[in-house]
Amino acid sequence: MSAGVSTGHDPGTGHRRPAVGQYAGDRRRAWPYPRWSLGVAVAGAVSVPFLVPPYPLHQVTLVLVYVVALLGLDLVAGHGGLISLGHGAFFGVGAYAAAILLSSGVPYPVTLPVAGLVAYGLGHAFGRPAVRLSGVYLAVVTFAVAVAVPPLIRRLAPGGAMGLPVRTPAAPSLTGLADDQWVYLLVLAVAAAAFTLMRSVVRSSWGRALVALRGDAGAAEILGMRPAAIRAHAFACSALYAGLAGCLFTWTTGFVAAESFTVTLSITLLAGIVIGGLGTVSGAVIGAVVVTFLPAPGLVSGLALILVLAVAPSGVTGLARRAPAFLRKDRR
Amino acid sequence: MRRLVLVALLLVSACRLTSAEVTVSSPAECAGQRADGLTPGKVLVGGVYPLSGPASAYAAVAQGVSAYFAWANARGGVAGRQVEFLVRDDGYQPARAVEEARRLVDSDRVFALFQTLGTPSTAAVRAYANQRGVPQLFVASGASEWGDAAYPWTIGFQPTYAAEARVYARHLLETRPHATVAVLYQNDDFGHELLTAFEEAVAGTGVQVVARRSYEVMDADVQAQMASLAESKAGVFLNVGTPKFAAQALAADAAMTTWNPLHLLNGVANTPSLIAALGPSALRGVLTTGFYKDPVTWETDPAVRTFADAVRRHVPGADPSSSQVMFGWTSAAAFAAALERMECPSREGLMAAARDLRDVEIGTLLPGITVSTGPGDPYPVEDLRVFRFGDSGWEAV
Amino acid sequence: MIGQVFHGLGTGAVYAALALALVLVHRFTGVVNFAQGELAMVSAYVAWQLVDAGLSYWLALPLTMAAAFAAGALAQRLVTRRAADAALIMTIGLYVLVHALADQIWTSALRAFPNPFPAGPLGVAGPLAVVGAVLALLYLVIRHSGAGLTLRAVAADPRAARLSGVRVGRVHALGWGLAAVAGAVSGVLVAPVVFLEPGMMGGALVAALAAAAAGGFADPVTAVAGGLLIGVAETLAGTYLWADLRVLVPLAVLLALPVVRGGGLARVRT
Repeated sequence: MSAGVSTGHDPGTGHRRPAVGQYAGDRRRAWPYPRWSLGVAVAGAVSVPFLVPPYPLHQVTLVLVYVVALLGLDLVAGHGGLISLGHGAFFGVGAYAAAILLSSGVPYPVTLPVAGLVAYGLGHAFGRPAVRLSGVYLAVVTFAVAVAVPPLIRRLAPGGAMGLPVRTPAAPSLTGLADDQWVYLLVLAVAAAAFTLMRSVVRSSWGRALVALRGDAGAAEILGMRPAAIRAHAFACSALYAGLAGCLFTWTTGFVAAESFTVTLSITLLAGIVIGGLGTVSGAVIGAVVVTFLPAPGLVSGLALILVLAVAPSGVTGLARRAPAFLRKDRR
Repeated sequence: MRRLVLVALLLVSACRLTSAEVTVSSPAECAGQRADGLTPGKVLVGGVYPLSGPASAYAAVAQGVSAYFAWANARGGVAGRQVEFLVRDDGYQPARAVEEARRLVDSDRVFALFQTLGTPSTAAVRAYANQRGVPQLFVASGASEWGDAAYPWTIGFQPTYAAEARVYARHLLETRPHATVAVLYQNDDFGHELLTAFEEAVAGTGVQVVARRSYEVMDADVQAQMASLAESKAGVFLNVGTPKFAAQALAADAAMTTWNPLHLLNGVANTPSLIAALGPSALRGVLTTGFYKDPVTWETDPAVRTFADAVRRHVPGADPSSSQVMFGWTSAAAFAAALERMECPSREGLMAAARDLRDVEIGTLLPGITVSTGPGDPYPVEDLRVFRFGDSGWEAV
Repeated sequence: MIGQVFHGLGTGAVYAALALALVLVHRFTGVVNFAQGELAMVSAYVAWQLVDAGLSYWLALPLTMAAAFAAGALAQRLVTRRAADAALIMTIGLYVLVHALADQIWTSALRAFPNPFPAGPLGVAGPLAVVGAVLALLYLVIRHSGAGLTLRAVAADPRAARLSGVRVGRVHALGWGLAAVAGAVSGVLVAPVVFLEPGMMGGALVAALAAAAAGGFADPVTAVAGGLLIGVAETLAGTYLWADLRVLVPLAVLLALPVVRGGGLARVRT
């Protein structure tokens, strides 16, 4: 993954070109297609709830929820080169924060920022000591967090081991929408906002600093960047995204329980982003599809994870980019 | 432009692609009730079980249920209807259980959910089933929660953990009225419910709880807990753990020569895998409770023989000597009884029938134990018998 | 109290053996192997299968260790040819795959595993002695054998070692194989107590990671001591404080490390 970062533009082949935002100073546009195609994509996404029956709609909504979580995970894993095994826990904390607020009568729009902030705070608390040391150490600490959170939820959170059912956001009566259609549109709006925000974060000087640190921490430090501060902030932002996704999860499913947020979820999320393709937006989307439809880590996802890393380190996205060149047989 | 598209789409929101729910038109008193998945010749039923993951041993329950329905179908169905039973896997994760329940109801259009397994998954599906008005019948968990009147579409089956605790208390008061009791319990709703009910049942009597220690599901082992419980020198040990931890406690108890209490093993832990792993010597003299016929002890019983033949014929992969398969079979028989007693052919009718079962006898239940519900009694099976592990397996006390 | 400390040491011996394996792998190949616990679990299953087939325990044990060595070396071939972060994710993939395979082959049913040590507080001495023996053996191999010398050379500077004609890949495989043997010891130690099932190493892995991190993933003696201490701390916290505290002990150790050891950990390679 870290190998072969060249800055040359190779139009046509593409597969040797790193993904957008993978290296410092990348000015390429993240959406390389004509602007009207973006409009078509938006219209398509908005019309989904009117064309799809309830159960598939629920799954599409879940895909969007996981897109938000994976966008966050990708910030540390894809751009920062750090591995987090604790995003399932942050996801769960966000979900529980939202569920507790909802069940105490707080209106649902309030739950989103609160869930994000709680996860952000926890991300800071765990990330700050961890990133001072090394990438391996962050993986180990976050793994311990992922293991410790479910028992704590079971003990401290209302509902305990039984879990906590909550009401899902109800559609305002003047729209005439069913509740699940409304939730889909809400999740879509949040996912779109999260996506746009993440794009500007990655392109900001701070986002480029993160990528630079990944490339060569020593050189970046000499240039005046503070590795620990930048990485800790990236990790906390990434936890914030996981917390937001957790809140959306609560809105979508209307039920939270500790068993849903075990270390298994963290591993599933990591597997999703790696299989989808690190450091790319389409990787997050493909990864979210993988997470939704291949939920339990098992033979398939374990094998997929190893195969992807061994054969196609840039994930499904990378494979898709290679495909046209492969078909034209003018590979270099 | 984008906003225009949005407005246009909102206007056509009424034309969503969903087929209308099937409702009943006759007889008159049932008019308007919902009957998706139910025709005069067929009924579609869905169940969610942990077929994979850490609790996959309980997949045997689904095998027992499938065997019963296959057996009933071969004999002409339940009240003339062929039962089609869809089994889905939740990996013991509540979020997936809700998803699978949604898929069963929305996509497969099942008439009712017959069984979800485990407290977390059942609680998760309960919210959805009650919001959609879909029966969630005879769930496989012993929490008292399933009698909650706030959730009219959910009903339990097996005796509650509290009922089980009261049976232990009654047995001790009869046989050892001045016993001292040490308790090992799982630190969650299951352990707490059993422990609290036991303490309430013995409050003010000569039986005393002198030591209690808990463990977490994440813990590696219960050695330290057992060592500190042994220091209490209690005469009775109440083992409230899931199979893995209960097995560890049984092994630790068997290995300890200085402390030899009367060992009470909770019913959840009494699984074929635990008995196979420990072997008869570690289990000798242990007491447990049960409400259905153990397929090994009752091998010659006609109802158990029918069961074993049906399992061998219809679900060849299942083990006809497994008590979990028997549990599935017995609960499916209760479901069939509710279907037969349905007055209105609708979801409402099924729920009314399940809540009004008067002393229904099922061949594989222990003699004298019946399935019985009614107004104010939301618990189908409430009675238990005490068993002791002897030379030939579990023997009635 | 003394009894509880003994039990803690018994649990800690398992953590120590697994932590030792983690340290070996990291020290010689720069990878933290998240699949170490699952490889240990499979080793225990292999031993069980051999004993079940009628072999004596003391014959099955060396066979299991040989199998573990081979499996470890094989896993290395797969994993360590990648960049550091990819290698780490690879071990997680291995963790998932091995666990799922064990689930398929042996199901989640409980299996009794023969225990060579007597029960009771004195039985704790057995596992401790085993861990001590493994540590001493590894010390001898690494310090006083030709293979150990090349191992240390590769750990110190892989590129220089390669230039002076060392087959670095084989040496890495040797390191992983030795680590797998240490891990297998932990699996065989824990199996009689917790019963054999695919999830049996789940709790031990976190504690072992914390213990190995205490030694900077480089110092075997600190890792072993850390494993024993975490075992005792977990048991005491569970007994005398709050039962739920047990799961927090490894996390607390990990979070306290940067404060306690300060820059001492910074030399950990990524």
